[in-house]
Amino acid sequence: MSSSKTKSKTALLEEYGALSGKMLQILDYEGRVILAERLPKLSPEEMVTAYQNMLYARTADQMAVSYQRQGRMYTYPPNLGQEAIGVAVGSVMREDDWLVPAYRELSAWLAKGASMKDIFLYFGGHEDGSVLAGAKNMLPSAVPIASQLPHAAGIGYAMKYQGKKDIVFTFVGDGGTSQGDFHEALNFAGVWRAPVVFIIQNNQYAISHPRAHQTAAKSLAVKAEGYGIPGIQVDGNDYLAMVAAVKAAAEHARAGQGPVLIEAVTYRRGAHTTSDDPGRYRTEAEEQKWAERDPLKRLKGYLLAQQLWDETNEEPLISQYKKEIDQQFTEMENHPYDFKDIFIHHYTEIPDDLKQQMVAYEKFLNWKESQQ
Amino acid sequence: MKIMNMVQAVNDALDIMLAQDGKVLVFGEDVGVEGGVFRVTEGLQQKYGEDRVFDTPLAESGIVGTAVGMAVAGLRPVVEMQFSGFVYPAFNQIISHVARMRNRTRGRYSIPMVIRMPYGGFIRAIEHHSESMEALFVHIPGLKVVIPSTPYDAKGLLVAAIESDDPVIFMEPKRLYRAIKQEVPDGKFTIPLGKAKVLATGEHITVVSYGALVREVQKAMSLAKKTGISVELIDLRSIYPIDRETITRSVQKTGRFLSVTEGPRTAGVGAELMSIVNEDAFLSLEAPPTRLAGFDTVPPLAQGEHHYHHSPERIFYEIKKLVEY
Ligand SMILES: Cc1ncc(C[n+]2csc(CCOP(=O)(O)OP(=O)(O)O)c2C)c(N)n1
Ligand SMILES: [Mg+2]
Repeated sequence: MSSSKTKSKTALLEEYGALSGKMLQILDYEGRVILAERLPKLSPEEMVTAYQNMLYARTADQMAVSYQRQGRMYTYPPNLGQEAIGVAVGSVMREDDWLVPAYRELSAWLAKGASMKDIFLYFGGHEDGSVLAGAKNMLPSAVPIASQLPHAAGIGYAMKYQGKKDIVFTFVGDGGTSQGDFHEALNFAGVWRAPVVFIIQNNQYAISHPRAHQTAAKSLAVKAEGYGIPGIQVDGNDYLAMVAAVKAAAEHARAGQGPVLIEAVTYRRGAHTTSDDPGRYRTEAEEQKWAERDPLKRLKGYLLAQQLWDETNEEPLISQYKKEIDQQFTEMENHPYDFKDIFIHHYTEIPDDLKQQMVAYEKFLNWKESQQ
Repeated sequence: MKIMNMVQAVNDALDIMLAQDGKVLVFGEDVGVEGGVFRVTEGLQQKYGEDRVFDTPLAESGIVGTAVGMAVAGLRPVVEMQFSGFVYPAFNQIISHVARMRNRTRGRYSIPMVIRMPYGGFIRAIEHHSESMEALFVHIPGLKVVIPSTPYDAKGLLVAAIESDDPVIFMEPKRLYRAIKQEVPDGKFTIPLGKAKVLATGEHITVVSYGALVREVQKAMSLAKKTGISVELIDLRSIYPIDRETITRSVQKTGRFLSVTEGPRTAGVGAELMSIVNEDAFLSLEAPPTRLAGFDTVPPLAQGEHHYHHSPERIFYEIKKLVEY
């Protein structure tokens, strides 16, 4: 046990272990500190940056939804209410660490170096959105639920094998914990003591299916027990609790002690995707309850109380973000498309037969043009 | 008679079979309260209760694997895969158990199960929501594979699929879900599995297609008609068992053959159809049997989708080449 005023971080994983039945919470719903001894050591600048990152992610997310509504982009999965989790991961994740995403952790993508242009390309129906050139050691989204998790375990193995100190952060939803891939990944990572931090974003729903019907287990964190690894349940709308947990988990993994499972309890305040209507399966009262626990509101409450934030900063900041994001959207709309890209990226060298298909198609395009 | 789209027709078939047979269960992801992401199962849970129409945890292997257990224990599960792109976790169950149980037990246990799934592209969806991988199922001995192209067919074929004692993969062209409306008879009727339908008789070329592309072929036929080409159009309806006889008889008459399918070309359904024509109608051929299939690529995302999906012009172009051969 550390003798410093704040308790040691690894002890946190013990005290809040999956079987403890406790959820780590440092800020209450108004942003008042309720667990001072667990406050992560963050400088004022780090706190302010975190809030700004959350604000940026929220602004970008809301703009994505509205571009979709305007018919300028296709189906999009909103992140509203889940921003603290990715920002917390981003504050701990190092440049060489790996990010193995699902699809609803925009703030973590941005922290890793993905741009809004990338994200707009992807949801604008352009393959170039999966290149993510600015994000070192990051895989593209994984739409088939939970299929990314074994990759994270494998990358963890590769880090160990190569003697690297880099670790892996991977995301999954509450629904994803029902897939075999989730269990296999935790098991492999546990057996290998692979340096992987598994983050479940428990946003209470898998489309219409509520968490309570997803598993009979009391928590999702408790699933770690079956694989012999630490699990911890955290208030995912409490930025400071998330930072404390992610720091402890990353330290554990980086020290060669193996994987950690974090259940971040949050709420998907928006629709599952822009084609979903949550009114069919949940109540407004429930949505209201969770709006009151909003992560931005809570961190802002804390910052205001600490006199680290000036409310009048916010509007100008948001308009500055909007301008910059809209710029990236325009870049996406002007991004070129070449039909040959459909063919040439599947193999190191395009097989002859496939090349012939491309040539035959081009011939058709020429014929079609000649008909006009 | 009621005017219905395909969503309503599938819903009607499920409704009728749930009402008729207490052994029929409908389950999958979001099929209960939500009524399915395409609303295909809308209202069924309210009508038949949570024991018979229900949401499962998110796990396709679990859905199909438990349905195998239910089937051998005397029930008739009709399960939904939310999209055909998400059936893969269930492949082990489908190949290793669903398709084989009857043969392994020499008929002692059968698997009267239907696995429904929306499939196919051109709806500007994100990754994994546009594939047309029916050939994978056709390749598995022991499965029947059915694809409707109209609301009427969807209802009659689905009723027949649920009544079949063999497992049926029932693939619904999601592009057509709300695209066509048609008069569909009330009450129960069936369309036999394993039988194709001649949709138009013609002289110069036989075109075989199924699913969403049938409509595109029909549009191509009006282009062809303007140039004096008359097309015989066959809607396959069942991709397995395959109706050799209807195809062969037609090609013996027209002497030319084109298949129009959506999935990747190599070892696809088109290859199988051309082989049948080669084997059974060789001496009637006036041009090489030909397939228009998807490229051997992942279907491009929305911005490139129009390159992948066969337009009426593209289909006409192939028809013309063969007739002028
Ligand atoms: C293997 C697989 N099955 C089904 C789907 C369809 N689907 C997309 S998202 C989703 C729910 C996912 O819920 P959860 O894991 O809680 O993540 P969330 O969307 O809430 O972030 C489903 C069923 C899919 N993408 N992949
Ligand atoms: Mg969820």
